[in-house]
Amino acid sequence: MIDHLNWMAAGVFIAFFLLVTILGFVAAHWKRGDLNDLNEWGLGGRRFGAWISWFLIGGDIYTAYTVIAVPSVVYAVGAYGFFAVPYTIIIYPLLYATFPRLWAVAHRKNYMTAADYVLGRYGNNWLELAVAFTGIFATMPYIALQLVGMERVIDALGFQGHGIMSHLPLTIAFVILALYTYRSGLRAPAMIAFVKDIMIYIFVLAAIVIVPMKLGGYGAIFDAAGAALAKKAAVSGGKIAAGLLLSPKQMLPFITLAIGSGLALLMYPHSMTGMLSARSGNTIRINAVALPAYSVMLALIALMGYMALAAGVHVTNPQDAVPHLILAVFPDWFVGFCFAAIAIGALVPAAIMSIGAANTFTRNIWKPFIHPAMNSQEEAVLAKLMSLIVKVGALAFILFVPTKFALDLQLLGGMWMAQVFPAVIFGLYTRWFNGWALLAGWATGMVLGTWLAWTPAAWVPVHAIFGSNLTVYNGVTAFVANVLVAAVLSALLPNTALDETRAEDYADLPETAVAK
Amino acid sequence: MKYLLLSLPSLATLLVPFYNSTTPRLFGFPFFYWFLIVLIPASSLVTYLVYKGEKR
Repeated sequence: MIDHLNWMAAGVFIAFFLLVTILGFVAAHWKRGDLNDLNEWGLGGRRFGAWISWFLIGGDIYTAYTVIAVPSVVYAVGAYGFFAVPYTIIIYPLLYATFPRLWAVAHRKNYMTAADYVLGRYGNNWLELAVAFTGIFATMPYIALQLVGMERVIDALGFQGHGIMSHLPLTIAFVILALYTYRSGLRAPAMIAFVKDIMIYIFVLAAIVIVPMKLGGYGAIFDAAGAALAKKAAVSGGKIAAGLLLSPKQMLPFITLAIGSGLALLMYPHSMTGMLSARSGNTIRINAVALPAYSVMLALIALMGYMALAAGVHVTNPQDAVPHLILAVFPDWFVGFCFAAIAIGALVPAAIMSIGAANTFTRNIWKPFIHPAMNSQEEAVLAKLMSLIVKVGALAFILFVPTKFALDLQLLGGMWMAQVFPAVIFGLYTRWFNGWALLAGWATGMVLGTWLAWTPAAWVPVHAIFGSNLTVYNGVTAFVANVLVAAVLSALLPNTALDETRAEDYADLPETAVAK
Repeated sequence: MKYLLLSLPSLATLLVPFYNSTTPRLFGFPFFYWFLIVLIPASSLVTYLVYKGEKR
């Protein structure tokens, strides 16, 4: 099982892992609060300033999966995988414009989730349930994907096992994660995010300086990668569109994947958790300006797919491209460091995601439908328990479902998440929409998008519109249908449901009220 | 006005046929890649300007 283990790399890897484990438990004492209160456990008491939020949200959005999956697509097909860059360019202006309003109303009304807000705004329990259900459902495969990323690097360390034993290191890591999240809540990933991001920045800086030095500069890397991709396209007889540039047929999918993913990302429960834990709307604005620093890093990470091609890394699973590039160019001790950075990069978002899903389950499914009289302590107990269940579910996913399936579900997850965008974001500006109409729009989008994605062989992310040669991301097609249905029905239905928010709730809180 | 400014970088990313080109190269990077990478700080700058404008 450990005959091929790279001992030096594994030693460094385990040392860093132990460090963050200790941090995870110590975090319970940081910015002291009563962890038996859901506001404290699940949102860190809404006291995170610009710096902490920057690390927390960055750690939330740029995950182990990003480091593994984005370059793997670039490695496999080239320019198409770069859609992640326009996608991150789209989200921050959107964040700037919308989320300070959501933060303000959530703070005044003590909303903790997107579904809380939707209920307050539209007074419709079923719309609330739809939003909550979508978030939890889309989060599970996302957590599972973090584990895929972690497993890729544990594999590359040389750990070999058979059957269920092959998942042993992952299971151990996950049990540790589950325990400190249970104890420290959102404080744990917030604290670990500092370590994780500094490690990832060091790893990326080393890679973008050292790899081109070894391979003859960026021009040489692009030329070699371009030649490798052109050869791949030629061998496939034109079936695989691969290259340094987009083929004409890839342009519309490229654009719509970027837009659709942008609509989805901010809607995930973990994004909400990250944002609502900020100290003020202004904290979010500052972050919308500063978070693109991570996007630059993402672009450079994506280019590692080309570095792997240029370095002659041959792997059957493209997801192994980055780990094997690291093995090929760095000394063992630094390999351990980089792999630890990626694995810890899986822990932070997995923790935030399970907290986001647990908050949502507690507040929007259990409380309204099962036990309305819950107080904040009971909420915290249930949310802690749910965070464990969500993680066990994700782990089971990895143990028993082939990971190919997890990737496909992630693409579905983005499409699903985009369907709650109208209810949440449009609602920040207008109450013209009717709750039932939004629910009908949501249902239309979910059904249409899922149907478009389904083929007998696999789930596909894009679909030709009306049989034409215009290929569009399902998330965008479903979103358009969703908005159309919601708009038409809103024009027809009387809009009498109670709205507990007022126009002034969306304005920034006065600075003095925010200070503590 | 604020929303128009904020949407400019996003609109620029949609001009795929314009930047889907290898030339001109910059430090060995084909145009497609460096254009998108330069757009990231440009987007951040636009957001910052809007922020400053709102603060006054």
